[in-house]
Amino acid sequence: MIIIKELRYFNLEPVNLQVNDSECIGLTGPSGSGKSLFLRALADLDEYRGSVLLNGRICRDFKPTEWRKQVGLLPAESSWWFDTVGEHFNKVESSWFGRLGFDNNVTGWQVSRLSSGEKQRLALLRLLINRPKVLLLDEPTANLDEKFTEAVEHLLFEFKEQNQASLIWVGHDTRQLERVASSVYFIKDNKIIRGNVWN
Amino acid sequence: MELISLSVWDLVIASLLVFSLALLSVILKLRIAKNILIAGTRMTLQLMLIGFVLKIIFEYVSVFWLTLMALIMLIAAGREVTHRQKRRFAGFWGFGLGTSSMFISAFTITILALLFIIQNKPWYQPQYAIPVLGMMLGNTMNGISLGFDRLTTTAWQQKALIEGRLILGQDWSHAIGDIRRECIRGGLIPIVNMMSIAGLVSLPGMMTGQILAGNPPIEAVKYQILIMFMIAGGTGLGTVCAVWFGSRRLFDTRQRLRLDRLKLHNH
Repeated sequence: MIIIKELRYFNLEPVNLQVNDSECIGLTGPSGSGKSLFLRALADLDEYRGSVLLNGRICRDFKPTEWRKQVGLLPAESSWWFDTVGEHFNKVESSWFGRLGFDNNVTGWQVSRLSSGEKQRLALLRLLINRPKVLLLDEPTANLDEKFTEAVEHLLFEFKEQNQASLIWVGHDTRQLERVASSVYFIKDNKIIRGNVWN
Repeated sequence: MELISLSVWDLVIASLLVFSLALLSVILKLRIAKNILIAGTRMTLQLMLIGFVLKIIFEYVSVFWLTLMALIMLIAAGREVTHRQKRRFAGFWGFGLGTSSMFISAFTITILALLFIIQNKPWYQPQYAIPVLGMMLGNTMNGISLGFDRLTTTAWQQKALIEGRLILGQDWSHAIGDIRRECIRGGLIPIVNMMSIAGLVSLPGMMTGQILAGNPPIEAVKYQILIMFMIAGGTGLGTVCAVWFGSRRLFDTRQRLRLDRLKLHNH
């Protein structure tokens, strides 16, 4: 469970938000409204004011590395620093890899030859292997076709249920957000508002 | 061999080279003529000034004057390191990081060499201390500014990559480790090259000077080897310190990458 109290960052008005165990909330809003920056603050990548608590413990009481392992951010653009895929993984969960369309040979693949969709799916797998308690997903299916979008949605749902994880899913596809999230929030006039503002 | 003293006219003739270079750069529209002339003038004035200063300091052998001189040299080198950076650490850090690294490396090695290798009495005899320190500072300065410049530029370009490692729970040192290694290597390449070609392609300046001044070549060579070893050690230590301190400064206590601590300078 993650609790956000009076968080001030960028041009957002103070945010108060709670995401329970095994809950997924959706967040949408126009480009530049601060969705990605909001996720960066939660992952403690940028300075912010206010407090964020994971299972009742405040962020600054965690070691930064420990916090980021538990509050996992999936950025819209993944980064890769070694030549092959496998070097980025501590271990491999074959079943997960299979569900997102990879076999075990993927570890030997050259990163430079990956398509944007492959990168996005592999980046998600790389993050899930840390088994974070909170997942901050920045447009996790933006580069994927229908088939893999569905596969990612199912995998994330299962991960959330099995690990009692809290998910914040940022996206532009409101139908998808209503499908995966129990409640959807919208950024409007620098405020995070709950509900179907676009209707 | 007698020392052939150079007259003012000899130098005036030689300066024609710089003037013709400036003229050439005007013709080729390189827009560097002004810099060439300023640098040439600076060099002449600075060296003449140091000539007089050394003449005085050599007469009054004292730790005080030596220390003062050494500090002035250090500050000048520190300023130079700062000015060579495209993206500098904001505030005092830009100057402080490079200068402290040079202090640690160049000063320590110079003092150790004076005390235990050259063993002149007293160790603070300026004829030895100042030229040796000068050579150490000049070379460590190169290594440090190369390493620094590469560090800040690469960190800026590879922000997403460094943060990509942080968000997976790697610590700051790990996240910037590859970049740091590359930067240190980059700072050390010039000294490795310099040692490789010494004597084959180039006769190092110090040795040339000694030979021109009438010293036996073998003695000049021995000094040059000593100086090369010291420079290698000093540049290495200085570059490692600077890149390490610098990379630490790029992160705050929450191990966030803080590129806002750098500011851009256009030359």
